[in-house]
Amino acid sequence: MGNEFLPLFYTFNFYLFGLVALACALMFVTRKSPVAAAMWLVGAMFSLAALYVMLDAQFVGAMQVLVYTGAIMVVFLFVVMLLNLGNPGELSDIRGKWGRLVAGFVGLALVAELMALAKSPLDLRLVVPAVTAPPQTGGVIAPIAGPLFKEYLLAFELTSILLLVAIMGAVVLAKKKDAR
Amino acid sequence: MLTHTLPMLLQVADPQLPPTTGVFVIFSIIKMLVIFGLVMVTVAYTTFAERRIAAWIQDRHGPNRVGPWGLFQVLADGVKNFMKEETYPADANKILFVMAPALAFVPAMLTWSVIPFASPLPTPWGRIDMVVADLPIGFLFTLAISSLGVYGLTLAGWSSNNKYALLGGLRASAQMVSYEIAMGMSTVCVLLLAGNVHLTEIIGQQVAMGWNVLLLSVAFFLFLIAAFAETNRVPFDLPESESELVAGYHTEYSAMKYSMFPIAEYANMITAGAMMSTLFLGGWDIPFTTWDNVPPFTVLKTLVTFGFFVAKTLFWVFFFIWIRWTLPRFRYDQLMSLGWKFMLPVALAYVAIIAAAVVALDRAGFTRGHKFGAVLFGLNLVLVVVLFFILDRGRVVSPAYSRLDRAAVDKLRAVAPSRATLRGPGA
Repeated sequence: MGNEFLPLFYTFNFYLFGLVALACALMFVTRKSPVAAAMWLVGAMFSLAALYVMLDAQFVGAMQVLVYTGAIMVVFLFVVMLLNLGNPGELSDIRGKWGRLVAGFVGLALVAELMALAKSPLDLRLVVPAVTAPPQTGGVIAPIAGPLFKEYLLAFELTSILLLVAIMGAVVLAKKKDAR
Repeated sequence: MLTHTLPMLLQVADPQLPPTTGVFVIFSIIKMLVIFGLVMVTVAYTTFAERRIAAWIQDRHGPNRVGPWGLFQVLADGVKNFMKEETYPADANKILFVMAPALAFVPAMLTWSVIPFASPLPTPWGRIDMVVADLPIGFLFTLAISSLGVYGLTLAGWSSNNKYALLGGLRASAQMVSYEIAMGMSTVCVLLLAGNVHLTEIIGQQVAMGWNVLLLSVAFFLFLIAAFAETNRVPFDLPESESELVAGYHTEYSAMKYSMFPIAEYANMITAGAMMSTLFLGGWDIPFTTWDNVPPFTVLKTLVTFGFFVAKTLFWVFFFIWIRWTLPRFRYDQLMSLGWKFMLPVALAYVAIIAAAVVALDRAGFTRGHKFGAVLFGLNLVLVVVLFFILDRGRVVSPAYSRLDRAAVDKLRAVAPSRATLRGPGA
């Protein structure tokens, strides 16, 4: 709703959260301490959630915070602390000079690709369906739940089976260690 | 005058703003200040209430010297906390060590922004909803924000560079992630009945059908347990557990930084109480009358409904305190098995049953009203009897009797002799 009658507010917040997300992501990949890196990643995910909310995808924004920041990153932190990887001297994922160079080139290639796509004459806009008034019953979740459980039910169920298999795999691995 | 100046300023900043924005901004600021002030005062007096109620339960006096009935004890404690020396443990991570208390406290306050606390207030500038931010994702926002509270505890434990604090932080993260799942699943039934996550509409549904505590008692019971675990209150205070871990995650904290953790805990209690009132006890709804739910809305109605909301919330705060001085602490394996092996399966089964019941009632042609509620109430009675008197047989109601299985007992017996030899020949 923001961009229709609050253009200045919208633009300001877009750049604010965009910059915060980029800065957090940069800090995330450059920190040596795993705990600090995890906290910067939390910041990046938070700013992404803010951007989702600005796109009127409040549900996706809330889920981003609930699932990624509130659950997955907490478990990450838990593991990092349990293994006591907190000391930067002990362990670092940052490889030597060549690793950094390759990473830099890949990053530059990605940026170049994005720039090229943004400048390309092809019509790359998403197909936006005709705007309809949001349904009064069901609020912000119905527009997501409808397609998910009607048009894309098969894909949804397949994804859930994939997750189920992953969970069972985790249980099997954990049990194996226990029996030793 | 402010009502005219501020919109003008906003218009200068952004000419396309709708003219009602000024009223919205001013009332939002007022609501924020009022809510923040009220919650902070309540937090302060909850610490006092906890000590007095504890004393009452244990048949002693409690703090009664500072001011009449000891009411100024809160101020004395505040001054004491500010005057004390701030200590930093050696090799602590300074930034996270200072940040952790704030991270524990902020989520508890943020949740208040979406809780409706009274019926709408009529003003010369239109009807003002008595909720700071009426978000369309209302309830999901509270879930998302309350899932962040764990960072404060975990980081406090880790950054202190102390083994007891670290253990407390680890316990906090494992416990809160586990019970968040049970909490989320238990509220799915509420959302099914309301058909929405908007908190105002959840209250509207309870006005139409009857309070959810009567319709969804099992979900309410699960939410209550999960709320205790999420606020780290006895019997779930394992992150702190002073008999094992000194003071758990806040062992190394002193002065005001220490004080922030109890403040966060009490703020979380009040927030949990407000959430329970909103989701299961009709929020600001007054029972047995529709006087409060229909226009014309008046200032009197706003005040009376606000009073009911406060009374419900404070009842839960009292309940939290009452439980703390009644039940002993869980063992860690009991905590985990309760969360994963009892609460999660029960919540899942309950969601399936309630969903089936709602679909069946809709198909049978019941409209969402008192009759719908009455049928659900009957079903609910049956489920409560089945769960607590047939399936449970006193295992959750009195967790101290929870049995270990045969293999676990044998394992513990095998550990004991080896520990005896550790003590050496003299023991």
